[in-house]
Amino acid sequence: MNDLLAARYQMAISLAFHIVYASIGMTMPFFLFVAEYKWIKTGKEVYLNLAKAWSKGVAIFFAIGAVSGTVLSFELGLLWPEFMKHAGPIIGMPFSWEGAAFFVEAIALGLFLYGWKRLNKWIHLGSGLLIGIAGVASGFFVIAANGWMNSPEGFDWINGQAYNIDPVAAMFNAAWISQSTHMTFAAFAATGFGVAGLHAILLLRGKFPEFHRKAYKIALTFGAVAALILPISGDFSAKNVARRQPEKMAAMESLFKTQERAPLLIGGIPNEETQEVKMAIELPGFLSYLAFGKFNAEVKGLNEFPPDEWPPVLLTHISFQLMVLFGMIMATIAVLYFVFSIQWKKILEKSLWLKILAFATPLGFLAIETGWMVTELGRQPWIIYRIMRTEDALTSMPGIVYPLLVISGIYLILTFLSFFLMRRQIQFIHEQANTNGS
Amino acid sequence: MIELTIIFIGISVLLYVLLGGADYGAGIIEIFTGSKRMNTISKAIAPVWEANHIWIIVVIVILFNAFPEVYSTVTMYLHIPLMLVLIGIIFRGTAFAFRYYDPFQDRSHKIYTLLFKIFSLFTPFFLGVTLGAVILGNLTTDNTLSFHDRFIAPWLNLFPFSLGIFIVVLFTYLAAVYLIGESSDNESRKQFSRYSIRLLIALVFSGAFVFVSAQVNGLNLLDMYLHSGISISCAIIATVLLPVFLYALRKGMKNMMRIIAGAQTAAILTGWFGIQYPVLVVLNNTSSLTVYNTVAPAKTLLMMIIALVVGLAFVIPLLLYLFRVFKFTKGEEI
Repeated sequence: MNDLLAARYQMAISLAFHIVYASIGMTMPFFLFVAEYKWIKTGKEVYLNLAKAWSKGVAIFFAIGAVSGTVLSFELGLLWPEFMKHAGPIIGMPFSWEGAAFFVEAIALGLFLYGWKRLNKWIHLGSGLLIGIAGVASGFFVIAANGWMNSPEGFDWINGQAYNIDPVAAMFNAAWISQSTHMTFAAFAATGFGVAGLHAILLLRGKFPEFHRKAYKIALTFGAVAALILPISGDFSAKNVARRQPEKMAAMESLFKTQERAPLLIGGIPNEETQEVKMAIELPGFLSYLAFGKFNAEVKGLNEFPPDEWPPVLLTHISFQLMVLFGMIMATIAVLYFVFSIQWKKILEKSLWLKILAFATPLGFLAIETGWMVTELGRQPWIIYRIMRTEDALTSMPGIVYPLLVISGIYLILTFLSFFLMRRQIQFIHEQANTNGS
Repeated sequence: MIELTIIFIGISVLLYVLLGGADYGAGIIEIFTGSKRMNTISKAIAPVWEANHIWIIVVIVILFNAFPEVYSTVTMYLHIPLMLVLIGIIFRGTAFAFRYYDPFQDRSHKIYTLLFKIFSLFTPFFLGVTLGAVILGNLTTDNTLSFHDRFIAPWLNLFPFSLGIFIVVLFTYLAAVYLIGESSDNESRKQFSRYSIRLLIALVFSGAFVFVSAQVNGLNLLDMYLHSGISISCAIIATVLLPVFLYALRKGMKNMMRIIAGAQTAAILTGWFGIQYPVLVVLNNTSSLTVYNTVAPAKTLLMMIIALVVGLAFVIPLLLYLFRVFKFTKGEEI
């Protein structure tokens, strides 16, 4: 494996790993907040138990998210020093804000996790909310840096050097708000469906129904609201991409030739050689509508761009199709959940419904991963869009396949260990509940 | 603006060494005390460890913001020791969290504890090695040289290793002093007091060893030290504080001991700063990277400083509150 590919894999694996834990760490505190608030308001013990049980999960996921985030702050330089040398002073600003927000998050987490007995309950509740707010803020800030890679602004690029650097313009780049908004709701949807699915699985096993039912409802309410917002924030993102990065849009939808009334493809396998797409369902004009709000608008195809500037069409296309599929399934479940909650509450107790939720457990995370594949693969071959090629940012240290193997091995072990620990937590909580007879 | 940036880096490094350092050191001390003091150690670091380790992220962010070429050069040529540091950070942090949150006490806890101890030692050692390589200045950007000359020789040497040892001893010393005040019983307080004296002696010796190994590697550190007014004053301060520390220890003044250990650390860091400034990374084939030839444009510095000041306006009061809640109250379970 050549060094460029190894470095790209290492970055992809590190980010794919981190994003799961970071998403849980920044959204689940809100679930905790609701559970604890309900406990304070109703005095029902089950909400307190729920908040405590969840907080242990958050503690583990947060720790893994924090260390893998620390690793990323070094990996940017270990793998892409040429990129960081130029980009550091331009996009350092969002990183500074992210660092500050993350710091607040970590302190609030310490107060929350260890302060059950020492803090006044309202201060404790407030610390829970603060973890979430600071967490979401840190995620929102750091995506500004990625937005800048897609929409590089705030500098003049002359002979391979950046001049007239304006960090504020760089931070407020055209891609930031749409990317950050979409990702924030995606994190809520993924964590909401993930947590709800887990409790649905436990409900199906018939253990402690009151506890798990209350748990899944809090989680799914967050997840479902987010899942309904995602198509809107996604549309906002798609229009933004179509305007700024037409070749990414063309790759997402495998549009090889510029055309008016461009069709939206559902599914399909594109072939870059023959420039054909097999087995796709075509909806004429819908891509034009999706990208520009008019059915007969012209959408640029890949033929407008030199082939050595094409993103990998097949992977970008499939990732996009999968992301949309996962998102649509979640949105459908969300609609059903609200309809059932208002009109047919009894259905929410049925095992078929719980099975649907159990099936949806990983969907949000899969949507996040495939969505980031679209963002990152769709920007290739550039690390800074139309400014610096990914290969030119690479470290000069050879043998990157070795750190790649090490990091992959470690993250694989940690993935297994986090499942292992979750199981043990659940087992322990059930055993405790059995001995307490509640 | 440059001065402000340097002050921010200095404060962040100092806080990382004091807080993160004591945290690593607590894991190293557990190697010696075994499971007997595990509870004291776990309880002392659990609520604060994640916050304590964020200072290194602050240092990194300031570095690539303000001195991007320093960051990219160090990460490029010291890839291997930095990778080892990262492996250490991952294993140590997760092992500690798993140990705290795995509810079943069985064999798995032995593994977490073992990993926690090993990587509490391993991580600061390679941090020291990395720093040692930067100071020693055998980094080269000459890409006609062999892999060994470019990516291994600059750090695989006596001086970086002696600095690794020194950092480990320093962190363990800080932890011992910190844990004296965290102990709830007399016996452990005495044990940590004994440790702190021994570690202080070890610190003096490992410090001397750093100077000797610098000479061996052809770096005239002592000479550089004697030519800097700041460094000499710092050395004097650190030495004068030795008997003061022993006095405070005998009288059992736990907060005074912490302040003195902190002042000694600050003196050591400032002493190093005195000989290093304004050079940040010494390269052996071309002109070195200094504060002035790598600094980012003023607007970048300004925006970063605004973010840091606003951020710290939230972080510092919260951090003090966190420490007040967990560190300056006695007894009772958390």
